[in-house]
Amino acid sequence: MRSSTVGWLFLAPTLVILFIFGVLPFLYVLVIGFTQWNSFAADPTMQYNGVENFRRLVFDEQFLYSLWLTLKFGFFAVTSQILLGYFLAQLFMRDFPGKGFFRTIHTLPLVIAPIAVGATWRLMLVPGLGPIPYYLRQWFGYDLNISRYVDQAFLATVVMDVWHWTPLVTLTMLAALASLPKEPFEQAQIDGANRFQIFWHVTLPLLKPAILATVFIRLMDALRTVDEVWMLTGGGPGAATRYIGLHIWRVVFPKTDYGYGSSMSLITLYLTIVMCWLLYAGLVARRDLKRVD
Amino acid sequence: MRRDRPLAFLAFWTVSSLITLVPIYWMFVVSAKSRVQLFGSPNFLITSFFTENYINTLKDPAFQRYMINSIVVASANALLVTTLALFATYALSRYRLGGKENVFFWTITNRMAPPAVFLLPLFLLYTQVFVLGDFKLFDTRIGLILLYCVFNLPFAIWTLRSVIDGIPKELDEAAYVDGATTWQVLTKVILPLAKPGLAVTGILTWVFAWNEYLFAATLTSVHARTVTTGLAEFVTVTGTNWGQMAATAMLTLVPALLVLGLVQRHIVAGLTFGAVKE
Repeated sequence: MRSSTVGWLFLAPTLVILFIFGVLPFLYVLVIGFTQWNSFAADPTMQYNGVENFRRLVFDEQFLYSLWLTLKFGFFAVTSQILLGYFLAQLFMRDFPGKGFFRTIHTLPLVIAPIAVGATWRLMLVPGLGPIPYYLRQWFGYDLNISRYVDQAFLATVVMDVWHWTPLVTLTMLAALASLPKEPFEQAQIDGANRFQIFWHVTLPLLKPAILATVFIRLMDALRTVDEVWMLTGGGPGAATRYIGLHIWRVVFPKTDYGYGSSMSLITLYLTIVMCWLLYAGLVARRDLKRVD
Repeated sequence: MRRDRPLAFLAFWTVSSLITLVPIYWMFVVSAKSRVQLFGSPNFLITSFFTENYINTLKDPAFQRYMINSIVVASANALLVTTLALFATYALSRYRLGGKENVFFWTITNRMAPPAVFLLPLFLLYTQVFVLGDFKLFDTRIGLILLYCVFNLPFAIWTLRSVIDGIPKELDEAAYVDGATTWQVLTKVILPLAKPGLAVTGILTWVFAWNEYLFAATLTSVHARTVTTGLAEFVTVTGTNWGQMAATAMLTLVPALLVLGLVQRHIVAGLTFGAVKE
């Protein structure tokens, strides 16, 4: 092996960039989080105020509501994606004409910019233009208006996310299914297990690492979602779809409440890390991520 | 593999594909119609192609600037990220460095953190701290190019790691025995063998940079705005010019659709940081 100095030199540019644009902002937000700083306030300078921001946060109903919404969104979106994705992957395991073609179509949403996905669904759902509200009214007399009804707006963001990301789950599950060993299935059949028993006692345990890895990646991304939702509902109506990213943006920019927004960011980051860690611990306990391939 | 009830399968996949395609097709329909044609009940047929939405968009100097910015930012970022990731993964793969697995894992945390958390500190850094005389990183392409490394580099490193690890070490050793320098080994041995992997990584990086919105919207104001921010402006500024918004969105989609064919096989590995391969 060559000298390790050269190795570190090769790594240096990467580490420097990640430090300046990743770590430094984090340290900065860590400092601002403990200050009172609002550039529109009577005193627009940065003032240290200890844990006051965090004390306020615990009782901030808007913030807690936004957190709760984000988790609800993540839960519904990821659960539907896993179920639907698994179902589609099972069907893709069969042999049928045009398989490659259909697969390409189902990969399509993955490369589309989230902001364009938001635009697409806005055009589908906006009353007076979109076909979905029109036909729901025409055929079922159902009034769909995502800029008026809270539950409909929430559901619309979930449906959009499912449309956008289910293909990823499908392809992940497909890769995992294709790499499963054949013997346990044959053995189970010989033992006279029925289809449900095979699924529950053979397929599911074997797929667990892949499923957990997918949930991990999807959930982290779902909790970060901003672009699509911003484009579709703008966080509304009211605060019905103001997920945590949108909420932080609102506090930080239009309201310029830098100190408070930073402490909010810190709590969000902390919760993300805890969730990440819990899921990752779950993953490692069931062997390593790489087992999937 | 069983081949059963092909018609039922065909029917199912057709419906499923339609669900995937109809929203995009509808956007195309809206982009190809005038305000008057869009009035009334939705019509999925395009009887006469209304080109004005596209012409207006393409002629708009602001949009042209956004387009150029997006192309420059995405291309420069892809090039920078692939180069740096090649160096980094080469070091991680071939050198015995204390704590390198920790470094490797640490990089990904940069990709996992919610971007909203970094909006404010980056905004402040870009407007007030990273300033050199009259030059600020705020509202510059270089600012975006460097920033996008934060989430693209970890992705590229994680994807390329297995590619570089897959190149036999004996090849390096043989080259060293023949008197090659480290740089020669990297450029003459590793680079040619890693080319397919580098290409895929580069393309996906390009797409991610092209698709990014949140930072581009926050850290630019006039000069360095990208296509995605231009698209978002339709919601806040122009209101309800749906036709033109659809046309802009269609133009935003084009590059992604073009590369889909190239990277389709690798997209899963790409989006799961190499955790899942097809």
